[in-house]
Order: sequence, then C-alpha cells, then structure tokens
Amino acid sequence: MRTCGATPGGPSLDGVNLSTQTVIQGVILKAGTDDSVPNGVAVTNGHVRLLDSTGEFTAEVPTNLEGQFRFFAAPGSWTLVVQAPGARVEQKVLATQGSPTDLVIHI
Amino acid sequence: MSRETSLVTADWVLQNLNDPKVAIIEVDEDTTLYAQGHIENAITFHWREDLQDGLIRDLISKEKFEALLSKNGISNDTTVVLYGGNNNWFATYAFWYFKVYGHSDVRLLDGGRKRWELDARPFVTEVPTRVATRYVAKERDNTIRAYRDEVIAAIGTKNIVDVRSPAEFSGELAAPAHLPQEGGQIKGHIPTAKNIPWSKAANEDGTFKSDAELKEIYQSAGVDLGKDTIAYCRIGERSAFSWFVLHELLGVNNVKNYDGSWTEYGSLVGVPVAVGA
Repeated sequence: MRTCGATPGGPSLDGVNLSTQTVIQGVILKAGTDDSVPNGVAVTNGHVRLLDSTGEFTAEVPTNLEGQFRFFAAPGSWTLVVQAPGARVEQKVLATQGSPTDLVIHI
Repeated sequence: MSRETSLVTADWVLQNLNDPKVAIIEVDEDTTLYAQGHIENAITFHWREDLQDGLIRDLISKEKFEALLSKNGISNDTTVVLYGGNNNWFATYAFWYFKVYGHSDVRLLDGGRKRWELDARPFVTEVPTRVATRYVAKERDNTIRAYRDEVIAAIGTKNIVDVRSPAEFSGELAAPAHLPQEGGQIKGHIPTAKNIPWSKAANEDGTFKSDAELKEIYQSAGVDLGKDTIAYCRIGERSAFSWFVLHELLGVNNVKNYDGSWTEYGSLVGVPVAVGA
C-alpha cells in the first residue's frame, strides 16, 4: 500500500545513511468513515511508541504534519503502538539494517 | 516535595492559565511543535538554545538564567508550570533546572503534551506577551546535581540508576531509537548501575503511576532508597524524569541527577564500563 511520491509511508530518507541505520518509519492514516474525518486522512495528532521484543518501551515520537514517524532502531523484532484521540493500534514489525521498514498504518 | 505540590492536572491548567502569577512553559528539544500549537498563554523554552551554555557544556550561568526569566516575565513568586512532548523528559529536566537555581514554586503538567492531545484538549498558536521582571536566582543547589568524579566514586557504594532503555543499557543502542544511532562515545553502562527505565514510572498516556506503584518499581529492582542515589541517562533529561519521580513524588531527598550522563561518562578515558543486561 503506497501513498504518493518517492517515499511511500514515512518521511524522505534523503540524508539518512541506510548502510549504518536500521530505520522503522511510516505514516498513520485515518481508517473508516464513522466520523466527519474522511478515510485516508493523515493523523497529525498521533503518538507512535516503539517497544522492544520484550515489550519494553524504547522510544516514542509524535506524528508530523503529514502523519509520518521514524525510528532508528536495531535489527530485530519490535512492536509499534499508535495512539491518537480515541484510537490505539499495535503492530509488530521486523527491522533490518540497510533496508528501511516503511509502513502505512490505518487507525 | 509531593504529588500535591509538584504536579498539576490539565483541569488545573485550564482553570489557572489566565492568572498572571502563573507562567506556563513548554520545554522541548524541538520547539516547532510549540509553533504548530500550544496551551493557551504558554511560552516556550528550547532545551538547547535557552538552557545550555553553548560554549562550555553546562547549564547557563546564574546571570543568564536571571536574564532569561526576567525577559519572560517570571518573578521569584511566580508559579511555574512546565510541560512538553517526549513524555515530559525536557519539562522534567527544566523542573530540575529551576530547582537547581532555587525557584520555589515549580510544577509539572501530568502527562504533558501527549495526554493533552490524546484528550483532544485545545491548542492555540498565539504567543503571549509577559511583562518583563527582575528575577533573582539563588546559587546552584548541587545537592541535586552529580558530577563525574562523584559518579565514579559511587560505583559499588551508592545506588546508581541507569534510566535508559534496556537496549541502551546493554550496549545494543547508543541513543534513544528516535534519534540517529551515532556519536563517538562507546556503548554500555556504569558498572553496578541498576537499569530501571524511566518509562517504568509512566503510564502509556504519559501520566505518572501511583506512589505505591512507583515505590514497588524501585523496591523490586533491589534499590535501597535509604542510600544515596544517582540517576543518569544519555544527556540528563530522562534521568531528570526519574529524579522527579524519586525526589518530588516519593519525597526521597538524597537523589542527584547526573546530567553529564552517558555522553560524558561514555567518553571518559580509563573509567570502568559494563555491557550486557
């Protein structure tokens, strides 16, 4: 699932040294039409939490004005917890060095 | 030093944000979020630009702190309310900083920006103007600040609490995972330090856990709070969060924040280092 432009999901990777960094990134989009917010709109007031393989907190970032987020992790399995007013979604991800994990998450 | 005197709720902020004797300050490492929206009548301090000396690695001088507060209309009897993103890391750092310079009435908004946003409370973009004052700071209170030699001497004798994530403690990561993993210093932790991540003290919405839960976190990790305690992290902001928990919420007096933290210790020549869990 891709949104638009050269960087699907998360922010531009220009300037990021992918040979040394293990990137987990993506975009948070509104799912469903149960309220006045249309399906697919970027969630700009979200918080994305990165938990390690034991469930321990590792980092958290707010989504930006495009609904995007990015982490610099280490290779391995991680869990993302996305929170926004009235919503909470968990997603497991596998991260590898050199090849960014780029996600589109609907909440 | 208690939850009642050090912590305020969002409702309290909404009821008091027009009081001229209250100064609300958003503190973070990145103040672009403030520009996008902030609590009504809040001003902002940038963790680096406003609170770091810049030439040497240290807090700004007493005179510069007085000038910063005077310029921003803060008096010695102002109730200062701090909040921020990043789970209040930099806001608790500023809380500790205000206490180092002896400000009497400082409080923290429980849950910071995150809880405020999750509750869909209002933000504004208007920047308030506050009438300049003449603030007089006290000399630095070094009973709440640890320096490197004291930390080295504390190995094996005092409580040393490493509040970073387990991955940073073990040496897997060099920095929190929302930052690029770079920096010249080595990885690992101070020998005999107990790893009690700051996050253990916070609920998922960024608010603090109950006093009973907070005590249990330290007791179950085998930390004798009757002994002197030094908290550290990477740059001293997350350890200010844990210092706040111990010193302000639990009323433990003999706790210091080592703000030099791993970026200092992990760059020292010849000091002992441990790796692994």
